[in-house]
Amino acid sequence: MNSLKAKLPPMGTLGPAIALVLACTFFSFQHENFLTLKNFSLILQQVMVVGTIAIGQTLIILTAGIDLSCGMVMALGSIVMTKFAADYGLSAPVAILCGIAATTLFGLLNGLLVTRVKLPPFIVTLGTLNIAFAITQLYSRAQTITNIPDGMNLLGETFAFGGAMVPFGVVLMLTLYVAVWIWLRETAQGRHVYAVGNSPEATRLAGISTEKVLLGVYVLAGVFYGIASTLTVARTGAGDPNGGQTENLDAITAVVLGGTSLFGGRGIILGTLVGALIVGVFRNGLTLMGVSSVYQILVTGILVILAVATDQMSRKGAR
Amino acid sequence: MSAPQIVMQAKGLVKRYGQVTALDGADFELRAGEILAVIGDNGAGKSSLIKCLSGATIPDEGEIQLDGKVIHFKSPIDARLSGIETVYQDLAVAPAMTIAENLFLGRELRRTGLLGLLGFIDKKKMLEESISRMNDLKVGIRSMTQAVETLSGGQRQCVAVGRAAAFAQHVVIMDEPTAALGVKEGNMVLELIRRVRDKGLPVVLISHNMPHVFEVADRIHIARLGKRAAVVNPKHISMSDTVAVMTGAKLAEELPEEAHA
Repeated sequence: MNSLKAKLPPMGTLGPAIALVLACTFFSFQHENFLTLKNFSLILQQVMVVGTIAIGQTLIILTAGIDLSCGMVMALGSIVMTKFAADYGLSAPVAILCGIAATTLFGLLNGLLVTRVKLPPFIVTLGTLNIAFAITQLYSRAQTITNIPDGMNLLGETFAFGGAMVPFGVVLMLTLYVAVWIWLRETAQGRHVYAVGNSPEATRLAGISTEKVLLGVYVLAGVFYGIASTLTVARTGAGDPNGGQTENLDAITAVVLGGTSLFGGRGIILGTLVGALIVGVFRNGLTLMGVSSVYQILVTGILVILAVATDQMSRKGAR
Repeated sequence: MSAPQIVMQAKGLVKRYGQVTALDGADFELRAGEILAVIGDNGAGKSSLIKCLSGATIPDEGEIQLDGKVIHFKSPIDARLSGIETVYQDLAVAPAMTIAENLFLGRELRRTGLLGLLGFIDKKKMLEESISRMNDLKVGIRSMTQAVETLSGGQRQCVAVGRAAAFAQHVVIMDEPTAALGVKEGNMVLELIRRVRDKGLPVVLISHNMPHVFEVADRIHIARLGKRAAVVNPKHISMSDTVAVMTGAKLAEELPEEAHA
């Protein structure tokens, strides 16, 4: 009985994929344009920013943390890179690196506050959420930055793939997912991320510096937010000081829908990709159905609570 | 009769915490191939002694020798690097990870070549090693790829003991390994502790459970008031006399000659 249960893939692995298929089926009956290649490449474009943020968010949630600042830090990064390019005439690659450096510094700040000052990640990132938002507004003077060099649009450009137009940014996002998946599965560092989320005490007693693992994860998440900044600038062709607001919760929703436990130590990064697609499919499908964006936010809110409730209940079964 | 080989030794250990003297010149001696139980009332200095031996605490005075060489542990990692493994009471394992991963946590086997340098781990080799090491100890767990949380408490503790035994070069220290377990599970762990000793590794067993201590220990170190009150032979002393020495109701000198060990 017990062994049978151990052999079956846990709901956390299969559930998200089933949910994605169900959502797609539902929306394909609601609107004839939903199940088209053109629409799917649009969904992918919409998902690439949230999807990339969600990689960083997954790493943090795997360590039993949470990052509420992710979307705002991403917005800050996009303002830094566009403004550096516009104000100082930096070339696209250099400006992009500056933007990524800014988000990485925020990751470092989050990480230091969590590991050195030993504050709960929830409070730390609630603070840095507001700090990043304020800096973004002050630095950009709440103005959208549009005069950016051509090179910054590169990742938003598309290529034809089997009749669909796919942006390069999507390829980048998918590559990152595969790379992180391999890293988490196959390297000692990756396994230590799970171990810290599983049992910090056991990890410490095994001679692993939990502080180093945590700090590394927050810094790495900052790098992913910076890459997401690059993608959002490439997609919209501008630095938007009000960006990142929907992405903030959407990224957490994607992680949770993807089956990663908020209690840490359990989850598969590819599930987050599925979770991000679920969020994208819902937003896209509801838009096609003509549902206003406020209801979309309502649906996202309900989705995240449902996903956490499922997680909670399945853990009870496991213990 | 030749003198028994001494693996680990401590002389005159002193440890003070503010006004409290936890260790007041405690001695300690662990011989090759034995199970040495360490018992003592609360505040007898038993856990401070063990912390000094396992590197969790640095003694204020006194010296510790391992294989005749003086050592200075600054952390449990130092002790581990010197071949001393510690098993903790509270099942220090990562529940959602597999048995093999737990066995190798923090000392994962790397792949060879470039992938190894990049930190890639050799899962296949770790799995094979896990199976052979656990088989050595006759731990009857079917699959090393199952998550530790699917195991019972006793099986989990067997994983922890197995891990320590598999990696310890010199000494295994066990801090109340059976305290959180039921009778049957506790016996399973005791059986495993005997097998660890039979493999040639000396074991330091800290326990409150007198029947367990008397069942497996070769010698019993009784800590009292920050010192070593006596080392007794469980074959020649009763449980009640042992407890009497532990609580101070009887002095070590009052014990018959053959009770000492």
